[in-house]
Amino acid sequence: MSVAVQLEHASVRLGGRAVWSDVDLTIEEGEFVAILGPNGAGKSTLLKALLGVVPLSHGAASVFGRPVRRGSPDIGYLPQRRRFDPDLRIRAVDLVRLGLDGNRWGLSLPSPARRRRVGEMIELVGASRYQERPVGELSGGEQQRILIAQALVSGARMLALDEPLESLDLNNQQAISQLVRSFCRTQGVTVLLVAHDVNPILPFIDRVVYVAGGHVLAGRPRDVIRTETLTKLYEAPVEVLQTTDGRLVVVGQYEPVSHHANSH
Amino acid sequence: MPEQGPSWDVLADLQLLLQFHFMQNAYMAGTLVALLAGVAGYFVVLRGQSFAAHTLSQVGFPGAAAGVLLHVSPVLGLIAFCVAAALGIGWRGRDVEAGNRAEAATVGSILAFSLGLGLLFFRLYAGSAQGIYAFLFGSILGIADRDVQVTLAVAVAGFAVLAWMGRPLIFASVDPDVAEARGVPVRALSIGFLVVLALTVAITVQIVGTLLIFALLVAPGATALQLTARPAVGLLTSVVLSVAFTWGGLALAYFSAFPVGFFITSLAFGAYVATRGLRFARA
Ligand SMILES: Nc1ncnc2c1ncn2[C@@H]1O[C@H](COP(=O)(O)OP(=O)(O)O)[C@@H](O)[C@H]1O
Ligand SMILES: [Mg+2]
Repeated sequence: MSVAVQLEHASVRLGGRAVWSDVDLTIEEGEFVAILGPNGAGKSTLLKALLGVVPLSHGAASVFGRPVRRGSPDIGYLPQRRRFDPDLRIRAVDLVRLGLDGNRWGLSLPSPARRRRVGEMIELVGASRYQERPVGELSGGEQQRILIAQALVSGARMLALDEPLESLDLNNQQAISQLVRSFCRTQGVTVLLVAHDVNPILPFIDRVVYVAGGHVLAGRPRDVIRTETLTKLYEAPVEVLQTTDGRLVVVGQYEPVSHHANSH
Repeated sequence: MPEQGPSWDVLADLQLLLQFHFMQNAYMAGTLVALLAGVAGYFVVLRGQSFAAHTLSQVGFPGAAAGVLLHVSPVLGLIAFCVAAALGIGWRGRDVEAGNRAEAATVGSILAFSLGLGLLFFRLYAGSAQGIYAFLFGSILGIADRDVQVTLAVAVAGFAVLAWMGRPLIFASVDPDVAEARGVPVRALSIGFLVVLALTVAITVQIVGTLLIFALLVAPGATALQLTARPAVGLLTSVVLSVAFTWGGLALAYFSAFPVGFFITSLAFGAYVATRGLRFARA
């Protein structure tokens, strides 16, 4: 198996302040990785650094063996966001199509091949039924499916998903994480998924990347989400509790970060 | 105005319409403007930049006055001022969304100042209420040959640029974060579009004036977006509507005693209200 993501002594500064620094991180191709951590810790920044949207101030980052470069078709990105404007008048299928050729300049002739590719992708995420509807009118779960299709349509080998489960109900959280898992397992797509609550994806993930206190820690879920480990990372007392049904809840002194589905 | 009224003989009516040079110029400039305004207007509405379009048209006021003052065509003054304002707005931030109050206030102050300045220019040097009237409500029946040439050049350039950057611009408009990650220069596109918009505004003001700019620059795009969510169809619809409003407005004004601007805005408003009503009824 080859390496999907490699960070070496990587640091990012934003607005004159270090977000995280001296990060070493290796992610293998085909892994399903959850990125966790309190608000403002730099999870979104981590994805943006891998996309080449935010520059490193120190160190090096590479994706699939090549230095990070903005615009790489290897990574499909789903940014952290509120929902689309309900008045946005563009069809779901057009949005997916933009993921394929939206970065191309100039006019182009109608392309049956691209149209087919878009149709196949939409079918894979199970969104065929509503692909002709304006995207603003779709529900949160429907929008996420469309966005995953958009992220994958250019042939991406890695998905960078920033809180895709936020604002979804439990059923949709499960459906979307299972969809992402199936791409990971059957097509070998590497998945980096930023989550507020680890529990819906706990059965699926190979590894956890925990971002807190300007540091990044990676490892197996049960090794990282532990009282001792997180206390060291936060440099503050943090406690990890396990509920009887196997859910993990992180309680901290400074910023209580709950990983429980019902707590927000 | 014409000696004969319209008949049901379309060819004869067209001959009547186009028998005078000023009407030929009006139709030529009007069509060129409508084509560009239709395309640009689709993006204006998609991007939620109607306020920016309106702002640009008004910032052009002293520009038009300066054009008169320097004895060059007002449209050249308009172009210079609008493009400068577009660069200023684009440099400051993404755009002048009405939601951004601090920025809206800044732009509003500049706006008021530039309007005052324009008024002063007109008083001091041109001294004509006619000029101000033309600027506020358009002067399509007074289009000189040179204005047609400038309009042609601007329309061709604007069209070419929009055709070239259309797809990335749609991407950047509906999904800026993903577009940026996919290598689309979102900020440069935003400034680029504002400059094209400024050029479009400058030539549109000749036709409908700054107060009625909504009719050609916003209404066709807004109506088209009510009717369809397909980008290609929407763009085409917007252009067709914009041209139809202009041609219809000119013909109606020619065969009646009322001003062109009134008819163009009435057609535009009517179409917009009708489609909104249609969607409302369907929903
Ligand atoms: N463009 C920016 N300029 C300055 N600071 C920023 C910028 N973007 C994010 N930050 C800061 O960087 C930190 C990390 O942000 P982010 O990666 O969005 O956190 P998370 O996704 O973990 O909630 C936050 O403190 C945020 O305020
Ligand atoms: Mg974030």
